[in-house]
Amino acid sequence: MNPPMPTSPSADRSAPALMRVPERGRADAALKRRLQAIWEAPPGWRGLLSTVDHKTIGLRYLVTAFVFLLLGGVEALLMRVQLAGPNGTLLTPEQYNQLFTMHGVTMIFLYSLPMLSGFSNYLWPLLIGSRDMAFPRLNALSYWIFLFAGLLLYASFSLGAGPDAGWFNYVPYSGREFSPGPNVDVYAMGMLLLGVSTTVGSVNFIVTLFRMRAPGMSINRVPILVWGTLTASVANLLAIPAVSLAFLLLWMDRQVGTHFFDVAAGGKPLLWQHLFWIFGHPWVYAVVLPAMGIVSDGLPTFCRRPLVGYSAVALSTMATMLLGFEVWIHHMFATGLPNLALSFFGAASMVISIPSAVAVFAWIATIWLGKPVFKAPLLFFAGFVLLFVMGGVSGVMTAAVPLDWQLNETYFVVAHLHYVLLGINVFPVIGGIHYWFPKFSGRMMNERLGAWSFWVMFIGFNIGFFPMHISGLLGMPRRIYTYAADSGWSSANLVTTVGSFVFALGILMFIANVLWSWRRGAVAGDNPWQAPTLEWSIPSPPPAYNFAVIPSIESRYPLWEDMLDETPQRSQLEEGLLLTQGRETIGSTALDAIPDVILKMPGEAYSPFFLALFLTGALVGLLLHAWWLAAAMTLACAASLLCWMWPSATLLQRMPMVADTEAGGA
Amino acid sequence: MNDTAALNVADDAAARDDSALDRPLPVGSAGKLSSGWFGLIALIVTEAALFGYLLFAYFYLYAQNRAAWPPDGLPDLRIPVINTALLLGSSVLAWLAERAVKGGRRTAALVWTGTAFIVGTLFALIQLGEWHKKTYDLTSHVYGSLYFTITGFHLAHVLVGLAILLLLMAWIAFGYIEQRRHAAFTIGVMYWHFVDAVWLAVFTSLYLTPYLFGGLS
Repeated sequence: MNPPMPTSPSADRSAPALMRVPERGRADAALKRRLQAIWEAPPGWRGLLSTVDHKTIGLRYLVTAFVFLLLGGVEALLMRVQLAGPNGTLLTPEQYNQLFTMHGVTMIFLYSLPMLSGFSNYLWPLLIGSRDMAFPRLNALSYWIFLFAGLLLYASFSLGAGPDAGWFNYVPYSGREFSPGPNVDVYAMGMLLLGVSTTVGSVNFIVTLFRMRAPGMSINRVPILVWGTLTASVANLLAIPAVSLAFLLLWMDRQVGTHFFDVAAGGKPLLWQHLFWIFGHPWVYAVVLPAMGIVSDGLPTFCRRPLVGYSAVALSTMATMLLGFEVWIHHMFATGLPNLALSFFGAASMVISIPSAVAVFAWIATIWLGKPVFKAPLLFFAGFVLLFVMGGVSGVMTAAVPLDWQLNETYFVVAHLHYVLLGINVFPVIGGIHYWFPKFSGRMMNERLGAWSFWVMFIGFNIGFFPMHISGLLGMPRRIYTYAADSGWSSANLVTTVGSFVFALGILMFIANVLWSWRRGAVAGDNPWQAPTLEWSIPSPPPAYNFAVIPSIESRYPLWEDMLDETPQRSQLEEGLLLTQGRETIGSTALDAIPDVILKMPGEAYSPFFLALFLTGALVGLLLHAWWLAAAMTLACAASLLCWMWPSATLLQRMPMVADTEAGGA
Repeated sequence: MNDTAALNVADDAAARDDSALDRPLPVGSAGKLSSGWFGLIALIVTEAALFGYLLFAYFYLYAQNRAAWPPDGLPDLRIPVINTALLLGSSVLAWLAERAVKGGRRTAALVWTGTAFIVGTLFALIQLGEWHKKTYDLTSHVYGSLYFTITGFHLAHVLVGLAILLLLMAWIAFGYIEQRRHAAFTIGVMYWHFVDAVWLAVFTSLYLTPYLFGGLS
């Protein structure tokens, strides 16, 4: 046997305790002051660059992703003006190519997942009763790389060097022969950066969920949003490498002279499509499952009852993703693959409607059996259910191979994917912002303007996108910059353009509401919606340390236990673990959430910012063929990582030495 | 030992969970209870997927190939097999080093880590020699692109692993890694095991399967 560990500082005054019983107590004013001093980020530019507060990072994600949504939206409106009537002359074909590519890249990669990451970043620790994410610095890194990737793409776009071969960038069109400019290389570098950002973000969500839940929050008590983001994150770990690799190989084909996609030397263009869609289809679910989680968590609040079929919805979330890995070929039905493969993947694509339907019926049942209070968030959530069904039906239609051959590359597919992505992402997101805005800002959004903006958006959306089904059935191909007057598509296109501007008006009303309410909205209080989950038990906006005491959880709806009165047990929110010896929170077991370690959390650090900067620099070096720059920046990345990883005595990553007067994580 | 103590605590806590909150718990980065350990597992999952896709590309293009595969005939296995044994041996050495760290034997830990580093470096040098012997390069044909990209990806991982081993030695020397706190070592060595395990997949695909399938069609 080894000698027993000292259990308190008094046992060995030279060393801090490697084990201790976590102190328990009640949250009083002195405790809160002490925690505030420990957790607060420094003011000014130092805090700006070095903060690791998940709430600050979450809001940055939300705002940045929303700005990208607006940019992508303006691109879409320009295209809609061009297409409003036949023989449009507003845009040249080259400009149109860059616009539709950047619109896709922006919405798919710079808006849809980052937006959901924003929600999860802000809410994740609040939902599970933790003071921080598992890797606060990784969190900052993830945001900075996302920001720099977006800046790289948009800086190139403004120079006319933005991606222009469609967001899925098929070879040989995106190969060097047909696309000699820097455009596709810019896209490749941007995607490599985004891949790193998404991967480190996903690692963070996964480890946080499995290790940081408050005592008693066993895995079957976490909110559905957590299930959604967890599923998306695991899928990202498995899927992102496919697209990062595809873009790296493409860049090598273009700039180094390899032959992966080059038929003449034994390569295959279809390899690109496989790698891209092996990533691409799971990604579709990664950008909708967390949004569906937002709805699953929001509906109970406004229907005043628990979600119907919690376990079924959680399981269907994961089943959707599991099946989502077996359907990528349905993006390639028209590429001449063997019939056996087409039948298999077509069938798998149809089967996916089963878990989706489970969730839909659970939502409908929740509204049906509850006492719905039609506030603005519920309007968005209920609208989402309708749009999801419509997008789902057109999805099942295109899962049928013969019909897909007819509809492939037409506006029908454009209509389908917009119903899915706007319906299942944008509507829940806007509803989610209405729902959590009081938590973010401490103020309510204007209810009347919220309801109006919903109706304008909902009507505009359907006027805009429903006719696309018709233009598609009439044979209008996607990605054409104009069409002839006798094509028979003119009226459908005009209606679409009108609808898109109505939708944009709804978005503007929403922005006005946010800006007005941020300063002048009614003061919200801790729990303005009488909502059931943990984030509503703390002040709005939450203090830097989130929870003054770490609560103990006894049910899925800790704030509704008295109302539901299902069991005699009650969660303890006012009394719990104190953990005040520096930045600390509790680590717990993966399934049962039994505390098994006191985690020391790192404080502010500049290393994430610089690592992101140097990584971007290295890829820009590759882009410019400035090999010295790429090499120097790679070394700088290594140096930043070294500072980051250096064992810290404060975090008890190593034993403190006599020489350690003070030390901190870099 | 720290890990054992920590795990015992977790087990005890699980056994009587109503009083779980007043048990002594490890503080800070305690071996496999540290967040870093779980982060590494996640990293390994995504890295393994990356190598999976590299090999997917390899077999996808191999399966549709119509010429000899590899173009200059079946690979000579003698040196690659020895090299594979070297890399696996360095994993064993790293495991011995980890045992020494946990047992509080600092000199032994330094020696074992150092030997693992040297053997790993030998692997990298021999692999560079293998590259040098090839009659084709990255740009000759699709096999050359695949061969150099896949082994290049692996070699890059070996170099990162070697840098980590070097860093771990320095941290042992500074007294940062020792019996009570060794999460960084456990994590670094696990990464090294992963790099070695991935080589088995790469080696099997690139060196052995051509013997099995020949040039196909």
